[in-house]
Amino acid sequence: MISAIFEYSFLKNAFASGLIIGIIAPMLGLFIVVRRLSLIADALSHVTLAGIAGSLFLSQSYLPLAALNPIYLGMGSSVAGSLLIGKLRETYRSYEELAIPIIMSGGIAIGAIFISLAQGFSADLMGYLFGSVSAVGRGDLLTIAAVGVGTAVFIGLAYKELFAISFDPEYSRAQGLSMNRLNFWFMIITALVVASSMRIVGILLVSSLMTLPVAAAMQVAKGFRQAMVWSVVFGELSVIGGLFSAFYLDIAPGGTIVVISVLILLVILAVKRIRAAAGKNRNGGEPHDI
Amino acid sequence: MPDILIELEDVSYRYGDETALDHVSLQVRKGEFWAVIGPNGSGKSTLIKLILGLISPRTGSVRLFGEPAAMFRDKERIGYVSQKSNAFNSAFPATVSEVVRSGLVKKTGMFRRYPADADEQVLKALQAVGMEAYAGRGIGQLSGGQQQRVFIARALISHPELMILDEPTVGIDRKHMESFYDMLGRLNREQGIAILLVTHDVDTVSELVTHVACVNRSIHFHGPSEEFSRREASIRNDWYGHPVRRVHHGKGGAGE
Repeated sequence: MISAIFEYSFLKNAFASGLIIGIIAPMLGLFIVVRRLSLIADALSHVTLAGIAGSLFLSQSYLPLAALNPIYLGMGSSVAGSLLIGKLRETYRSYEELAIPIIMSGGIAIGAIFISLAQGFSADLMGYLFGSVSAVGRGDLLTIAAVGVGTAVFIGLAYKELFAISFDPEYSRAQGLSMNRLNFWFMIITALVVASSMRIVGILLVSSLMTLPVAAAMQVAKGFRQAMVWSVVFGELSVIGGLFSAFYLDIAPGGTIVVISVLILLVILAVKRIRAAAGKNRNGGEPHDI
Repeated sequence: MPDILIELEDVSYRYGDETALDHVSLQVRKGEFWAVIGPNGSGKSTLIKLILGLISPRTGSVRLFGEPAAMFRDKERIGYVSQKSNAFNSAFPATVSEVVRSGLVKKTGMFRRYPADADEQVLKALQAVGMEAYAGRGIGQLSGGQQQRVFIARALISHPELMILDEPTVGIDRKHMESFYDMLGRLNREQGIAILLVTHDVDTVSELVTHVACVNRSIHFHGPSEEFSRREASIRNDWYGHPVRRVHHGKGGAGE
């Protein structure tokens, strides 16, 4: 039964893309969560929607653009959105979070306009909103693979700097780390990962793949490296389980992937509770603090 | 003169119309232990930011190890420990040794891996602050005083010649505060690390430090700690602009 998924090449594309996303989204997500930037992933996914809708509209209206993969314009607008967020955060220094609703609603608004103008790509659009197992083409897979390699190289090279600025930005600045350059690349990479994840989990659920596995990992991990490993493990479990169930139940994978990651989180929280209660009983009701 | 680590010459700084520091001059030499004291809003934090090169003075010059602060690149020669309260989120998933190792970031250089003996260096730095037993613990599980020791270890790992501490004991109870200051004294005496300590706890540190600077926009006194003790009453009157009674600060102030 499982082998059926590998008989169709489109499924292979979806599966391979999912495996890549399952690694890079939670990996980058860990930095996003600890830096309290979770909402930025959400804002960027909505900007991606504007790009996708724009691309779908253009390919309808101008035949020469019909062959253009919407993922490119989606990525382009996501990157532009990330730069804009950076600028807005500078402008509203004391209300940095204001940048997020501005970009988010702007993205949705532009998306809504293109969707209304085009009328008639609702089937495609569903795939972009909630993910799809059948719509992932070879071009998508190659693009996602390229983003995956780029992200892994970036995190590999800048791991210690990213850790330092996430943990203690003030100290990092005092140490003379060039935060601006690092933040610039961090935002670009985030934008690209958001845009490439959308193929599998859909625009509306991208940020959950970057945050839910991390939330679960933070419950079990002792240190940062461990948290990263667990984030990837939980991310992969959700993606693999989600893609299989989506295929066999004929549901949008975004839904199944995210539901599985929520379940993982709930199970971990429950196990932790039970253990804590058991530990308390053993210690005669004393909390075993240091 | 290579033994001057920090040199402020006639430095002024303003936030908008508000003068934070007015014509301040100060020299910190090798091996000295300075306490910088002053009321809230007196410009102590501004002084630290100027020294760390995070902001530039309106007038005057700040030099570190003989170089203008804005040009100074060997930041690993300076260990910086900030107020614990604003430093980090206690749920952050990091072990003590991961935190201490991050003190090597600048020294190691961009895009390079930590040196092979990083673990050994982490252990040594933790031993210096008496925290080696906690290497594998989550940083959020430690008490405030223990966390500050870990941050000292993070500063020590790059073998600084100068440590700058900005009210490191805010939120730490008195008992741990005293042992924390003792440890600073040992680092100063035994390893010859110069220390610039911004603090509210004048009474606790007066025995320990070699020099005192009283800041309130301008520097009202700077010199050896014995002289400060001798002239304390008159210095305080001059400094606050009116006679003051010594009050016990308890757990320290709310910072600036």
